[in-house]
Amino acid sequence: MRWIPIGNTSDIPQRGARCIETPIGRIAIFRTADDRVFALDDHCPHKGGPLSQGIVHGAAVTCPLHSWVISLETGNALGADEGCVRTIPIKIEGDKIFIALETSASQAA
Amino acid sequence: MAEKLVVVGNGMAPGRMLEHLLEAAPGRYEVTIFNAEPRVNYDRIMLSPVLSGEKGYEQIIIHGDGWYIKNGITLYKGHKIVAIDRTSKTVSSDRGVTTPYDKLVIATGSTPFILPVPGNNLAGVLSYRDLDDVQAMLLAAQSRAKAVVIGGGLLGLEAAAGLEQRGMDVTVLHLMPTLMERQLDTAAGHLLQRAIEARGIKVITKASTKRILGERKVEAIELADGTVIPCTLVVMAAGIRPSAWLGKSAGLEVNLGVVVDDYMQTSDPDIFALGECAEVGGHVYGLVAPLYEMARVAAAKLAGQDVAGFVHNDTPTKLKVTGIDLFSLGDFADGDDRQEIVLRDASAGVYKRLVLKDNRIIGTVLYGETADGAWFNDLKKKQVDVSDMRETLIFGQAYQGGSPLDPMAAVAALPDDAEICGCNGVCKGKITTAIKAKGLTSLDDVRAHTKASASCGSCTGLVEQLMTLTLGDAYNRNAVQPMCPCTALGHDDVRRLIKAKSLKTIHAVMQELEWKTSCGCAKCRPALNYYLVCDWPGEYADDYQSRFINERAHANIQKDGTYSVIPRMWGGVTSAKELRAIADVVDKFEIPAVKVTGGQRIDMLGIKKQDLPAVWADLGKAGFVSGHAYAKGLRTVKTCVGTDWCRFGTQDSTGFGIRIEKFMWGSWTPAKVKMAVSGCPRNCAEATCKDVGVVCVDSGYEIHFAGAAGLDIKGTEVLGLAKTEDEALEVIVALVQMYREQARYLERIYKWTKRVGVAEIRRQVLDDRERRKAFFDRFVFSQKFAQVDPWSERVSGLHKHEFRPMATAGLVQAAE
Repeated sequence: MRWIPIGNTSDIPQRGARCIETPIGRIAIFRTADDRVFALDDHCPHKGGPLSQGIVHGAAVTCPLHSWVISLETGNALGADEGCVRTIPIKIEGDKIFIALETSASQAA
Repeated sequence: MAEKLVVVGNGMAPGRMLEHLLEAAPGRYEVTIFNAEPRVNYDRIMLSPVLSGEKGYEQIIIHGDGWYIKNGITLYKGHKIVAIDRTSKTVSSDRGVTTPYDKLVIATGSTPFILPVPGNNLAGVLSYRDLDDVQAMLLAAQSRAKAVVIGGGLLGLEAAAGLEQRGMDVTVLHLMPTLMERQLDTAAGHLLQRAIEARGIKVITKASTKRILGERKVEAIELADGTVIPCTLVVMAAGIRPSAWLGKSAGLEVNLGVVVDDYMQTSDPDIFALGECAEVGGHVYGLVAPLYEMARVAAAKLAGQDVAGFVHNDTPTKLKVTGIDLFSLGDFADGDDRQEIVLRDASAGVYKRLVLKDNRIIGTVLYGETADGAWFNDLKKKQVDVSDMRETLIFGQAYQGGSPLDPMAAVAALPDDAEICGCNGVCKGKITTAIKAKGLTSLDDVRAHTKASASCGSCTGLVEQLMTLTLGDAYNRNAVQPMCPCTALGHDDVRRLIKAKSLKTIHAVMQELEWKTSCGCAKCRPALNYYLVCDWPGEYADDYQSRFINERAHANIQKDGTYSVIPRMWGGVTSAKELRAIADVVDKFEIPAVKVTGGQRIDMLGIKKQDLPAVWADLGKAGFVSGHAYAKGLRTVKTCVGTDWCRFGTQDSTGFGIRIEKFMWGSWTPAKVKMAVSGCPRNCAEATCKDVGVVCVDSGYEIHFAGAAGLDIKGTEVLGLAKTEDEALEVIVALVQMYREQARYLERIYKWTKRVGVAEIRRQVLDDRERRKAFFDRFVFSQKFAQVDPWSERVSGLHKHEFRPMATAGLVQAAE
């Protein structure tokens, strides 16, 4: 697995998100209140809303378009909604964040 | 390899069938659906609440797009299947798609019966079958003109009630002497008619439509007796016919509908039919319960399971009109071999009738009090001999076995297999088991997990009683609605405690008020952030991560993730210089759409997020500030041209509107606030449907508030008359400050007013001078911290991270 550095944890606000542009589409990087970092496709399974623009609470994000709640840990829609977002492998070393793109790219192919 | 299953139609019956099938035989079929309607599967039973405004389309979706993706189902929206080739086993759509099948399911539903009278094709003649019909009716209702509904059955009455609630003047025409004669006896039909008329709907029975009059669109309707009723909308709700032509053209056996056996198989063993288009045992069906039963049988058959065939059962009928309780079941015609038990209570508006044959219930009509419907249904279904309880039977279950029991006992006494939710076929045992096993505590939970009360909702009361029974004190349906699942406290309690305990951060609120989650959710965080901003101006540090994206990005997010930008145009007045600056920005950033808004502003749509700061920088150079068109805050003050130009103007409405807007911009409020100032009672600025409006008159300024012109339409209430502009400004500001301090987050002024009362608001902001001044002063103080242009702040670099991608990962790396 090849890890690509994408920046530092401190670049992302707590309970917030940033985006990265990749060949497989836009990926949202989330940082929770307790400094855990997650990477998911920036695409809600409901109507494709940009999850990175949602409100982050606990280990979940609420989509800004129609308020689906997505688990950052599994990518699954929570509550009674059904759907799943692809999660991207992520690794933290010190403050640095890495994601593994090729794995996801081959999954996508 | 997976077999190919093609489904024609995407209504509730095939939707339910697929749910069962995916559960019973996951992966067995590769499923393709063709839907003539351009959308996903939604709950058709709930069209009436959408029409009346009690629900929105989003709330009645059964399967969102994600469901189809997740289950690998190909859904063709807006494709109508026009031919089945049974030899080559393919279907073809009107848009040229041909798909092969191994198994085919026809679920084309039904078509409304259109009266064969002259004029039935005029514009303005609608049926009531799908969402397109509802949307057309809602459009028509905006004119608040006259509507005629043909058909006094279930559908017609629901349509009439919905249109009436939307402000139309409605007349119902019914061919038979009493309403809903197929489900109700004459007595109950009359009671129903009285209740419908009491809502302001006119009912004409024995009305035979002769023709519909009009040139190109409907102007009136003429009855056989010569009566002419002027109207602009005619809704045909005179029944449905199975839509069986596709089966017929494919050479399948068709009678009333596509003929199927007890396992939903047509005369071709590879083709199934179900739903309203299918005819089984000589019956066709239009209510959801038997359709869901067909779905269950068909799914089991397709999954290769042994299953008991479809059995005809009477389905209880309920009318979904708020405030009218009605239940009917089975056969209630008179007959020599039949006896009846009747209970009437005129003062309470109650009528109950049971029809017995051989000491067993064969029919039930309940009006005004329907709680025992489920019990009577159970007795009928099980063919219980009622001789022993005949004397007290009609009083209901609570009265059996001696002394009257409390109503809860009636629910407690129901057997576990008693059906609670007729639409979804959910019995009592399934609900109580789910509540216990999954720890469900709210009605929404129970709906999500069991589907009980999730379709038409008429069994909600029963489900709630079951919850009380199962959960005891832990469930109290009359309790204050909590803000969200993170707390047991309601909005009012939270607001009170924030002040009482001097809580000044979101963290402090969550800690002190014992929040159940670590950092709240998307419902409570924006609410708490607003309450703290409002209550502690200058002290509380706004928490951007607790604001919705629109208020974080200071622009409105659109469906494709781009943003729209609306600069402030004070009072709706602009200039050549401003317009030039907007035109330049549109060119420079290749903004795809520019639109004039209802609030007299110019909206630029389709802007990429990373361009926002540069767009604002250019607009800022021309003197523009944020129009806050995205905010729960002061949006716009719309004006007319007033004494500056207008022959009729009585005051300087433009100047006053600009003054209000310059005084109040930047303030955050519980929900958006839109205002208007009209220069005379002709009211060109449409001030009488705004949150706050001013209508200028010779003697001063008439102050209006609590109007609505969106989801709800409501004229304003008059707060009072102010003699001078200064006084009017003070009253308006005090009113808004009272609203800011007392309303619940996301509660518009008209809803808050409904809760608090016009008199109380008038007392606090108009009559009590000292109080008015105090409100005014508090608003002025909080504006010191609020009147900062967010756009220029961002242009100068605040929250830079919000607008830039964090990184771009190159192709090279990913390709390796």
